[in-house]
Amino acid sequence: MTRDLKPARLAPRDILRVGAVGLRARRARVVLSALGIAIGIATMVAVVGLAESSRADLMAQLDRLGTNLLTAEAGDDVTGQEVKLPKNAVAMVERIGPVRHATATANVDARIRRSDVVPQERTAGVTTQAARLDLLTTLGGEVARGTWLTPAGERLPTTVLGAVAAERLGITRTGEAIMMNETRVVVVGILKPIELVPTLDRVAMVGFPAAERYFGFDGHPSTVFERSTDASVEDVRAVLARTVNPGDEAVVKVSRPSDALAAKAATNEGLTHLMLGLGAVALLVGGVGVANTMVISVLERRQEIGLRRSLGATRNAIRLQFLTESLLLSALGGGTGALLGTAATHGFARSRGWATVVPPWSLAGGLAATLAIGVVAGLYPAIRASRLHPTVALNSA
Amino acid sequence: MTPVIELRDASKAYPGGVHALRGVNLTVDAGELLAVVGPSGSGKSTLLHVIGTLDRPTSGTVRVAGYDVATLSDSRLAALRARYIGFVFQHFHLSAGRDAVANVADGLLYAGVPLRERRARAREALARVRLDHRFEHRPHELSGGEKQRVAIARALVGEPRLVLADEPTGALDTASGEVVMEVLRELNAAGTTICVITHDNEIAHALPRRVRCRDGEIVADSRTPAEGARP
Repeated sequence: MTRDLKPARLAPRDILRVGAVGLRARRARVVLSALGIAIGIATMVAVVGLAESSRADLMAQLDRLGTNLLTAEAGDDVTGQEVKLPKNAVAMVERIGPVRHATATANVDARIRRSDVVPQERTAGVTTQAARLDLLTTLGGEVARGTWLTPAGERLPTTVLGAVAAERLGITRTGEAIMMNETRVVVVGILKPIELVPTLDRVAMVGFPAAERYFGFDGHPSTVFERSTDASVEDVRAVLARTVNPGDEAVVKVSRPSDALAAKAATNEGLTHLMLGLGAVALLVGGVGVANTMVISVLERRQEIGLRRSLGATRNAIRLQFLTESLLLSALGGGTGALLGTAATHGFARSRGWATVVPPWSLAGGLAATLAIGVVAGLYPAIRASRLHPTVALNSA
Repeated sequence: MTPVIELRDASKAYPGGVHALRGVNLTVDAGELLAVVGPSGSGKSTLLHVIGTLDRPTSGTVRVAGYDVATLSDSRLAALRARYIGFVFQHFHLSAGRDAVANVADGLLYAGVPLRERRARAREALARVRLDHRFEHRPHELSGGEKQRVAIARALVGEPRLVLADEPTGALDTASGEVVMEVLRELNAAGTTICVITHDNEIAHALPRRVRCRDGEIVADSRTPAEGARP
């Protein structure tokens, strides 16, 4: 008769089963209180997912375009005059060891009009630039219509329009003519947007020889573009200004166009943080909802607690039961929220043409937050339930 | 042989000077079937809680199945209840929305019995209270008498040494009450010690031993010569 009385441990499956009993009995209440958690988690997962999807898209774009392009642009001197780069700037840049391609554009003083009936003063917001023939391949640009400048065409009054320039001039077909100063120039090609150097979308490009022949251009380049090996970008950057304009390197502005795209990936962070904060508030409110539900559940189920104690449940078992119930309740909300958030990310990313990226850490973080809320919200009601005296519990109405 | 219940000078006082039990001595041997009778307020419910280890006496000793209740921690008392004691309540305390088998199987939950075995034994227990045609029924689909028989099945499914029934017929009509008492007598005949609390003298008189309470004391303890089989 002195056998030791050891309370039996409930199997994990039984713990879950008992924890779910209270939830199954009150489905409407369960759905409503899980909803708060679901909204919070969905918001956070979707916000992170959208930010990541957009970032991934920009990164893919960078990968495609390459980050090894540098530009060296002539600035203004102290008197405000535009500095002229030496005519042989491109040749000098090509002599830098790791440089693979170098090319240039130059500002050309030629006013553009749609036709000769448009008065001189009304320009179309399109500027003229001289471009070397290898510009397009160096920038990775593509022709939407017609052709790029050809060795023959660069000597003739022909032009290739950037995507925005064509739109502003209202030109959709090649073969049409526009006016540059008083010269009729034939449009031979229209480019697709050049993602790395969007400023070129707004210009009309002519060959260097044509610019010199028809528009009094002096042959000095204003911007030099170069591509080097990926590893040597910084090395080239260090010497580029000096190479392009020996003697007065301070007026040369060297930049890396891909940096602008990379910066775009970081710009939305403020908004992302704000939305995350809102999600956290929703989550907190959801947690309060769960705690409220649990407190009421314990109050309503005092007789059940008394019965379970009479069946041999220890205080621990009662505490575990209500804690499990709270965990299941918030996990239900969290799981639903994660699904909703992923679906929302997918839907929005699709509408933008992005690939859906939902980082696993955001799902894991959501789950962890959910479980933490479940514990915090359930702990107090669970402890109250376990402290209930069995006879008091049984006798309560 | 160790008595199933042994109370020595057990008292229960509540703060404020209410004495629910005053120096009660009671010994119940294995296999007995007794009634605890008395008007409400006589302390018989407290007596049942003390015997059932749901409550501890403020003084005196209580031994149940040989264990001194005072020496056991709360969780060991729970284990004692899980293993040796079955309860039947006036208002059944069945879990709504779960069928009879699930309700009865809960009687084994805290004894650490695996689910499959719990359900198998629950069916056997339901058969013993003649409810083998009601396995899948939920409490709201059962009559009062059937509900109480489900509750009895839950109490006996763990094969406890002692079944404590608190007014088991109190919420039932006479016919259902008789069936319930018959089931309890059958259980007793199979060897279970049963203690029925009732304020119904008629029921009490039909049982072999009657303990009468008044004002927290036992005022009478009478036995009818055994009429049936006692092992």
